[in-house]
Amino acid sequence: MSVEVITPGLCTTVQDTGRFGFQQYGVSVSGVMDKQAVQIANMIVGNQQTDAVLELTMRGPSLLFHKDMLIAICGGDFKVTINDRSVLPNRAIWIRSGSILKFGLAQEGCRAYLAVAGGWDVPLLMGSRSTNLRGSFGGFAGRMLAAGDKLVQSSPGAFSQFLANQLEKKAGAAPFYQANWFIPSNTFVKNGEAVVRVILGEQFADFSEESRQSFFEQTFQVSTQSDRMGYRLTGPALELTKSMELISAAVTIGTIQVPPNGQPIILMADRQTIGGYPKIGYVPTIDLPIVAQLRPGEKIHFQEISLRDAQKALIERDSLMKAIKLGIEVTVGWR
Amino acid sequence: MPRYEFSPLGDSGVMVKLGEVIDQQTHEKVIQFYEYLQEHPFPGMIESVPGFTTVTVYYDPITLFDPLDDILPYDRAVAILEQMSQQISNTHSKEYRLVEIPVCYGGSFGPDLEVVAKQNGLSIEEVISIHSTTEYLVYMIGFAPGFPYLGGMDERLATPRRSSPRLSIPKGSVGIGGLQTGIYSIESPGGWQIIGRTPLSLFQAGESSPSLLCAGDKVRFRPISEREYDNGEKVY
Repeated sequence: MSVEVITPGLCTTVQDTGRFGFQQYGVSVSGVMDKQAVQIANMIVGNQQTDAVLELTMRGPSLLFHKDMLIAICGGDFKVTINDRSVLPNRAIWIRSGSILKFGLAQEGCRAYLAVAGGWDVPLLMGSRSTNLRGSFGGFAGRMLAAGDKLVQSSPGAFSQFLANQLEKKAGAAPFYQANWFIPSNTFVKNGEAVVRVILGEQFADFSEESRQSFFEQTFQVSTQSDRMGYRLTGPALELTKSMELISAAVTIGTIQVPPNGQPIILMADRQTIGGYPKIGYVPTIDLPIVAQLRPGEKIHFQEISLRDAQKALIERDSLMKAIKLGIEVTVGWR
Repeated sequence: MPRYEFSPLGDSGVMVKLGEVIDQQTHEKVIQFYEYLQEHPFPGMIESVPGFTTVTVYYDPITLFDPLDDILPYDRAVAILEQMSQQISNTHSKEYRLVEIPVCYGGSFGPDLEVVAKQNGLSIEEVISIHSTTEYLVYMIGFAPGFPYLGGMDERLATPRRSSPRLSIPKGSVGIGGLQTGIYSIESPGGWQIIGRTPLSLFQAGESSPSLLCAGDKVRFRPISEREYDNGEKVY
């Protein structure tokens, strides 16, 4: 046993980058909502990108550590403390056995991530450690964490151990020590309104001119009926020029579909594999972390992006991430 | 030579359209292309998903990018798929796998069996007989893990969905919704008329093939008694 759940928070689940290869059988991809925050969190503690983390939503858990560990917290700002002393996100933290790591309410953003060196050790199921809440499988017993659950850490790699030893020495007798370097991972908005880019969808041209205009010119509000499956938006009703019966086909994360009531839905991590509503657009992978951190009541302003620019931006971010990884290794004296 | 239409699905997918209507001919093209992809995945391909008239191919744009030629990952994926489409010979049509699904009709397992009979002016026995003598085609799996979209139901059984959906339908329930019939693979809410239940598990997380049915299979229902159902639950 390495970590015990004292209070579980609102919706705390074990997730990794997702379950691929099983959509043909109707199995949702699942996985973390904010991939960028998780990529950085895993990088900071020396993990692989695919290692499992905890995803926290709006209100985080309290966790009792029964083992010394190297951790990182990225994404939303949840007012985190260790033994009631506040700690900072986006950096490596060494935490001593017997300490209590406590997350509060989200101050900014909607989701935070807790990565531990080595990743959380839950069974690999159909190639993934992600929790599928609707199907009640994967992750930790196929469900959200509950009080009393005991989580286990996988063995950390050589780099993680090197960094952990370094921080442990600096900690002296203190219950924890935070590295003096950090990597920003925040994609949450400051003024309650996010600009989210959109690749035009297959049926974009089938919407009325007025709807196409208001889609980009007006703002949409994230409704309270938004979750890991999808973000339901409220705003100007989007109307087709003529009603259409579409043949159901695969849908992907970021798909903005418009049901007959004209209010768009952005499909997220726990989306179904197949859908049949008109697709007005797709949020590009690069902007999904922004959506993942929006909370009910916050607003979205859509802006068009070409497929070319969306893919270029993704490639550039990948190069940046590789440079950051190298930078971390140099900073801590591993290279 | 089938015509393939390619279009982007977001920045990490290609939708390949193989026909305009839901029919046997388009379905065979879909299965053929999907099976070819299963056997010949290309570097950077993540997975492919068969639909009624489409095969969607997910790919990793980073893997498909080569800084030396600067070709857009989407364009590269389409070029690969186009080339593949020319490799597929559509000469022989594949043998279907026929899966028999035992169903205990009526009673507490099929509370709406009578509704379906009344709606269509049939006796309960006639409903069971029509439903269980038809061969159904699995067009695709979706909506829920292991849930088959079945084609081929006899129009004499068509029944509108319930006006208020049930909050929870047990897994294995066999239902009719409009012109469609299907099997609830996991417990879920739903508005279909429930006529029976199978003791078979349509979805089992963790198996190498977690879904009992695959796109392209054929299905036939076999009526069983309540006693057989109880025994079946232990066997399957």
